[in-house]
Amino acid sequence: MNLDDLDDLASEFRNAERDVERELRVCMAASCQSSGARPVFDSLEAQLKTDPHPGCRLKGVGCMGLCSAGPLVAITPPEAGIEEGLLYREVKPEDAPELVASLDGPPVEHLRCPTDQPFFARQQRIVLEQCGRIDPDSFEDAVAHGGYAGLVRALSELTPAEVLRELTASGLRGRGGGGYPTGLKWSTIAKMPAGQKYVICNADEGDPGAFMDRAVLESDPHRVLEGMAIAAYAVGANKGYVYVRAEYPLAVERLTTAIRKARRAGFLGGRVADTQFAFDIEIRLGAGAFVCGEETALMASIQGLRGQPRPRPPYPAESGLWGCPTLINNVETFANVPAILRRGGDWFASIGTQGSKGTKVFALAGAIVNTGLIEVPMGTRLRDIIEVIGGGIPGGRAFKAVQTGGPSGGCIPAEHLDTPVDYDSLKSLGAIMGSGGMIVMDETSSMVDVARFFMEFCMTESCGKCVPCRAGTWQMHALLDKIAKAEACRADLELLETLCDLVSATSLCGLGQTAPNPVLSTLRYFRDEYEAKLQGDPTP
Amino acid sequence: MSLERAKPPLPDEDKRWKLVNATMRRNGYADHALIETLHSVQDAFGFLDETSLHFVAASLDLPLSKVYGVATFYHLFTLKPKGRHSCVVCTGTACYIKGANALVEGLRERYAINPGETTEDGHLSVLTARCVGACGLAPAVVIDGEVLGRLDTPDLIERLDTLPDPEPTPASHRPPTTSH
Repeated sequence: MNLDDLDDLASEFRNAERDVERELRVCMAASCQSSGARPVFDSLEAQLKTDPHPGCRLKGVGCMGLCSAGPLVAITPPEAGIEEGLLYREVKPEDAPELVASLDGPPVEHLRCPTDQPFFARQQRIVLEQCGRIDPDSFEDAVAHGGYAGLVRALSELTPAEVLRELTASGLRGRGGGGYPTGLKWSTIAKMPAGQKYVICNADEGDPGAFMDRAVLESDPHRVLEGMAIAAYAVGANKGYVYVRAEYPLAVERLTTAIRKARRAGFLGGRVADTQFAFDIEIRLGAGAFVCGEETALMASIQGLRGQPRPRPPYPAESGLWGCPTLINNVETFANVPAILRRGGDWFASIGTQGSKGTKVFALAGAIVNTGLIEVPMGTRLRDIIEVIGGGIPGGRAFKAVQTGGPSGGCIPAEHLDTPVDYDSLKSLGAIMGSGGMIVMDETSSMVDVARFFMEFCMTESCGKCVPCRAGTWQMHALLDKIAKAEACRADLELLETLCDLVSATSLCGLGQTAPNPVLSTLRYFRDEYEAKLQGDPTP
Repeated sequence: MSLERAKPPLPDEDKRWKLVNATMRRNGYADHALIETLHSVQDAFGFLDETSLHFVAASLDLPLSKVYGVATFYHLFTLKPKGRHSCVVCTGTACYIKGANALVEGLRERYAINPGETTEDGHLSVLTARCVGACGLAPAVVIDGEVLGRLDTPDLIERLDTLPDPEPTPASHRPPTTSH
């Protein structure tokens, strides 16, 4: 199959829908579903039966981004993004008659959600380009919107080495948080002697407050499969695993459907897209262990063992699953790959900053008006993300800090809000890019409590294999608890700082090495709050 | 000569064992399918008891210690039966910022149980989860699979107190297990 054949297939799928003039899209991702999107969908469906509109199609789609305004419903021309149509917020089942009637008349003003607001206008969508536009359960819809074009281009026009060159030129770096150059990682595995190799997609999104990967898997699962297949072609693997949290039942269900449909259409399996290339994907469920996001622990878990990390080297690139060379990338990394192959590495490298190319998806949560999912070019200032796109802090309260990188990250105070978001700038502030969770805190949050919260998380999630992490996180939590309750003395704070150094220097894996980060960063910027507690100030 | 041992018989007449067996068969009784198998046991029975751990160990030809080790390592697996109703309080960061701790405290006061425990009458299990992904609805609570957002403690307790409890049945429907 070449690109022309795929184009024919896409046109065929589009032609089957040519009578559709408008789409009534209901967000069916997890967040809108928990605010009641399913009854809204059902009642729109029923209403369209009693009040038929032949040119209008009702479609369940993935995440549209503005989760705090859910359930969201958009009325758009087919093929168009939500910004070209009408968006309705907080829709209830009883609004269905009015919405359906509005298809022939003026929009329903009292439910309108403006799409020219910065939340939509300031985003640049690569990973999320089809989220909220396509039906995640439909293979046809994915292909009609350009799905699998990157894979077909790679297979029919490029050698694996050329795919690697394209990836290296793009400057893509791992989106799971580490920021390791993806092209370099792929090349290392490609250079290993031919034989059994594996590709793993890390969808064990464990950071509390992060839901980027879930949204991608729920909204556009074929994109992730396509990215994995391109990777497998480039490195010479024939088998892939998606390791996904069992806490994401909807993502698992949609991924399962997508794999089944891709296999049936010949885009996974023995002869991918009618070529000699063979690649198949299996899903592996996590079972609620945060440490399994660490790559060696994740591989142990896929092999049916306790998810405990092991020392590196050897790195998975040399000796991974069952001792074979293994490529592990995060969901968002794989989701960038099809666009790079479709539009070229140079195009991708033109977006973003010197050291960080492309865009980044963030999950905005906490004390912020527009809770939800956004994608912005690397180098966007934190202030733009929080005050402009996020709409600022609700309730007239003042901004205090933004936490990035989950339990491995840090809190960034107001004076650094003009920092551009990229791997290196955030690192210099003592935070990390992380996987993309961004929690905003207002003046009512106590930073000592926040540090204690993350330490409690690391303490309960420590796998117990190495002593510094197992015992150190417990000790640090006890000290933080003592400080938070204003029962601590200065020696306790000094001991806490010593332990921070010790645990980060001597722990076996990333969990322990980064566990002190929230403490260190809050100490760096909000030391006065710790000091106030030492003097016996009982209020937070 | 094959060294493979014969697969053990199903522990009892319960049809749910067939689901468990199907999962193992689909994975070719490979030892790396242990976690998948334990998931299917928990989906079918609600928790992992001694009988099921013995059965899975024998079927996959794994030492019982390893099966027990995996079952206790992962937070999602539980070795105790769950209550007839479950209330999961999300303690992800967004919910924490919006007061999830107050909900947990409120439940502790009202029902005298900690997260992960079940009331003595088997009516309610209280659990916590690290982010159920409803950050827009923070603080979020999942009662019997239904996500509810922006609840305060009195609202939550009122909802839980009015949960239907028609006939107090034992938490597990399985007949008592025989010891091994």
